[in-house]
Amino acid sequence: MVPYHSTSVADDAPDKISVKNLDFFYGDFHALTGVTVGIKKKATTAFIGPSGCGKSTFLRCFNRMNDLIPGTRVEGTVALDGQDVYAPGVDPVDLRRRVGMIFQQPNPFPMSIYDNVAFGPRLQGVKKKSQLDEIVQTSLDRANLWKETKDILSRNGLALSGGQQQRLCIARLLAVEPEVMLMDEPSSAIDPTSVQKIEDLMEELKDRITIVIVTHNMQQAARVSDFTAFFLQETTGEPAVLVEYDRTGNIFTSPKDRRTEDYITGRFG
Amino acid sequence: MSKTITNAIALTLLWMAAIVTVLVLGTLILYVVVNGIGELSLRFIFTWPEGVAAEGGIWPTIVSTMYVTTLAMAIVTPIAVLAAVYLAEYAVQGVLVNAIRFAADSLASVPSIVMGLFGLALFVDAANIGFSMLSAALALSFLMLPIVMRTTEEAIRAVPKFIRWGSYGLGATKWQVVSRSVLPAAMPRMITGIILATGRAVGETAVVIYTMGQAINLPISPLDSGRPMTVHLYLLAMEGINLPAAYGTALLLMLLILGFNLGARYLLRRNRKV
Repeated sequence: MVPYHSTSVADDAPDKISVKNLDFFYGDFHALTGVTVGIKKKATTAFIGPSGCGKSTFLRCFNRMNDLIPGTRVEGTVALDGQDVYAPGVDPVDLRRRVGMIFQQPNPFPMSIYDNVAFGPRLQGVKKKSQLDEIVQTSLDRANLWKETKDILSRNGLALSGGQQQRLCIARLLAVEPEVMLMDEPSSAIDPTSVQKIEDLMEELKDRITIVIVTHNMQQAARVSDFTAFFLQETTGEPAVLVEYDRTGNIFTSPKDRRTEDYITGRFG
Repeated sequence: MSKTITNAIALTLLWMAAIVTVLVLGTLILYVVVNGIGELSLRFIFTWPEGVAAEGGIWPTIVSTMYVTTLAMAIVTPIAVLAAVYLAEYAVQGVLVNAIRFAADSLASVPSIVMGLFGLALFVDAANIGFSMLSAALALSFLMLPIVMRTTEEAIRAVPKFIRWGSYGLGATKWQVVSRSVLPAAMPRMITGIILATGRAVGETAVVIYTMGQAINLPISPLDSGRPMTVHLYLLAMEGINLPAAYGTALLLMLLILGFNLGARYLLRRNRKV
């Protein structure tokens, strides 16, 4: 088994996101039920579980990306720094500036590397070239992409390799200085060397940002996260539940729930 | 009959059908080229027709054609793009949107001579604009509108959803997503649609014959009348005025449209490579 991530997050660290009794529906389909969880500030939390267990759906509740899918409905509360993000009057656009998202498929815009990274700041009205230059350099540097791209900033972002594209997307996100970075299986579509680079930069970022990562890969969850949540849909057609949530070390060495143990030892999933 | 023989017959038929298609096109092009190439010269392009037999060049007709096409494009593009953005991004998909789409498709299949008649009645007469570049451009825009609108809508729909998500994920508003991520990504295909519609307008005869007039005239103001290349070609040939010049005009017209189509292909291919 891989070495566990050494964690420095205290048990009484404050929650960045706290979810209470969340139920989620796609039309008539009840996808998740009764999820209650506290995501620790400036820690990395991993969501694991078999395909279709609702972990990505749950992730998208944090920045209301699910709003973009017609017919979805949320019950319960999701609070960011104590404020319900589903409360009336909350602008999902503002929310997504604070809670950014990285997707499974790297999705650079069909424009230059520079323009990709400057995209978010420009949305917020930053126009000064010198300021944008600085943001672009800092963000690419934080995403460990500056060395590779500093001479080709005007090249199309789609000309980069898959792994570089994903780091470009991370740089693009960091440029808007989000408080939380949601990562929906960020490394399942790229090569292993690039995965390593992304995990390295997650490690470097964790002091400044709260990270929540959905992953199929249990080794990855063990490597990068401080906390792990295990989701499971036990019966087809029934909503999925959060089975167990604990420090990553505990989940992988001494899970309290039989189902968690079965999953991490590879009995199903 | 054995399977090999059936196969051979089928293959032969398919080949022959393909060859007939190519032959028809080849013959047509060859015929126009052989008859028209002798006329083509800088003098033919850049001078005015002279005398009763329209000797000399066709310059005013080239200008008229380009003038009216550019004007029509300027009218159509903003309307078509805005309509397409509305249909693809904002409208609640349902009966109304399907009706709009059906209307656009029907508009695209209205015979162009009917469109010309309508242009004559509405712009030349009722609106009292008279035979002019403007009347012709407005009538042509009816022809181009559905083409540009539908290709733009398809282009917008073809933008992958993860491009939108990426934009939303950075805190973009709906309009910012559309204007800064979706439209730029759709741009090459949109331009392709506009160019194809332009090619269609350049080759259009029926619409302009009703709306632009026939006077050989170098248009300056949009209210000036003129004679486009297609109408010039029609008159030269039908009235037997100057057949070689008709072929020359035809060849030039084909080259112009070929240019537009190659431009569209180039843009599409460049887009695919990225």
